[in-house]
Amino acid sequence: MKQEFKIIANLIEANTRVLDVGCGDGTLMQFLKNNKKIDIRGIEISKNNVQKCIGKGLTVIEGDAEKDLSQFPDGSFDFVILSQTLQAFLNPEKVITELLRVGKKAIVTIPNFGYWKVRLHLLIKGTMPITRTLPDEWYNTPNLHMCTIKDFFNFCENRRINLYKSIALQNLKSSKITNSNLLFKNLTAVLGIFLIEK
Amino acid sequence: MNKNINIKSLIIDKPLKLDCGQTINNFPLAYETYGSLNEKKDNAILVFHALTGDQFVSGINPITKKDGWWSYAVGSGKAIDTDKYFIICANVIGGCLGSFGPSNTNTATNKIYGTTFPVITINDMVNAQYNLLNFFKIKKLFAVVGGSMGGMQVLQFVSNFPDKTKVAIPIATTSNHSAQNIAFNELGRQSIMADTNWTNGDYSNQNKNPDKGLSVARMAAHITYLSKKGLQEKFGRKLQERDDLKFSFDADFQIESYLRHQGSVFVDRFDANSYLYITRAMDYFDLIKQFGGNLSKAFTNTKTKFLVISFTSDWLYPTSENKEIVIALNAIGADVGFVEIESDKGHDSFLLNTPTFLNTLKDYINTSYLIN
Repeated sequence: MKQEFKIIANLIEANTRVLDVGCGDGTLMQFLKNNKKIDIRGIEISKNNVQKCIGKGLTVIEGDAEKDLSQFPDGSFDFVILSQTLQAFLNPEKVITELLRVGKKAIVTIPNFGYWKVRLHLLIKGTMPITRTLPDEWYNTPNLHMCTIKDFFNFCENRRINLYKSIALQNLKSSKITNSNLLFKNLTAVLGIFLIEK
Repeated sequence: MNKNINIKSLIIDKPLKLDCGQTINNFPLAYETYGSLNEKKDNAILVFHALTGDQFVSGINPITKKDGWWSYAVGSGKAIDTDKYFIICANVIGGCLGSFGPSNTNTATNKIYGTTFPVITINDMVNAQYNLLNFFKIKKLFAVVGGSMGGMQVLQFVSNFPDKTKVAIPIATTSNHSAQNIAFNELGRQSIMADTNWTNGDYSNQNKNPDKGLSVARMAAHITYLSKKGLQEKFGRKLQERDDLKFSFDADFQIESYLRHQGSVFVDRFDANSYLYITRAMDYFDLIKQFGGNLSKAFTNTKTKFLVISFTSDWLYPTSENKEIVIALNAIGADVGFVEIESDKGHDSFLLNTPTFLNTLKDYINTSYLIN
């Protein structure tokens, strides 16, 4: 996951205001804070995680991103990060809209359901795929809306969301996703990292 | 109150114009300190007390001979660590533990003020305590902390003095007193006033004391500090030193006996008129109105780092009211963290041994002290 953090850090410019949505125990926030000169805030739903973040001196509010992003004014952050959480929301479409309202730009990372191992698992075993990035069983997974890199590309196109940068991550290797290599990257990438703006 | 005990107090000679229009001069502000101020004078924490609190935050309260009101949180190695920080707490004006209040004697008439004492607001309390910074030659506090009415003072302090504290921790509080809370306070006040010994507030000059009224006020208020679940678990329908109901109006139930006890010990340490004045100050508190309906404006330009804390079972100052503060701060991009602590002990959770709360507070204070 360190690799994902590094890529996110490279996408963020210095001296900016950043919001980490679903910041968990604050690992990414702490990483960015240590490596970048930024003003970073977090929002997290789990009390336990919020307490951990606050204990680390991170500025985090307990809240539900699907409801509580509304308290932030339009464009109040330069970057809003959503790391591997989009698929866990009841209404991902609404969340993306909110991210792009609150942030001038948003960084969204998604576990790619189009990854070949995931496809093969379903094809050969005929059961819901379990991989390193998708470790839970179908009955206890927090992931409600899995999507592929291609799905996210199409989503952005349909919603007229500008895909500023698209990066595919496979193990430690990262590469650009373009329209011409999309089908291939959709098969080989474990994680998709997108810098988007309205 | 007990006059034999040595209470530290500062005589404030700078005139203070109160919200009611009157100006007070040369008045006492009683305070206590814990720990020591470092050379850089950057480790001072001003703790604000709640309605019935006082300056004796930690250690043994010399009046009650019991632990200070926030002994769980303040002390050596505790969340607010007296080994690391210099903790100051003052008795609010309007109070009855040495600060200027209705039980003081009016030198002009040589009589105890009683209800001739001016009405005090949270703003007045905070402005009076601000003098402590000059007294200790502290340019900027490290933190202001307080729960309940103490939290109101935290908010008012940052609003009045945007760059005078690095950190602000309002706990289980509100930016404006709700109708329900005003109602409970009014119940307490009416109970005091209904006691014939209250004599329109002149009881001290007549050697009387409205003990019954004050005790009932405390009993009613005490219920609001707990939660239904907490009460049920602690007392249920347990009987008080008896095997069966007595078919009388004695305290058959443990909860009755407990409340009566709370009421009776309270009258020994608290002045009835102070109770009227301080509850009034809470009722008048409306930071939203002070800033023309926009709470965010109370904190414009503040550089203070906030942590707002609420408790799940607190129905007196519920999470929703604490969150309003967070929302107002986020609206102006202030540095604000927020956590709701799981507890079934009601509003009193912040005063009790609530480990998740105390640990969060401790870690936050210690890490914030190190951050520039």
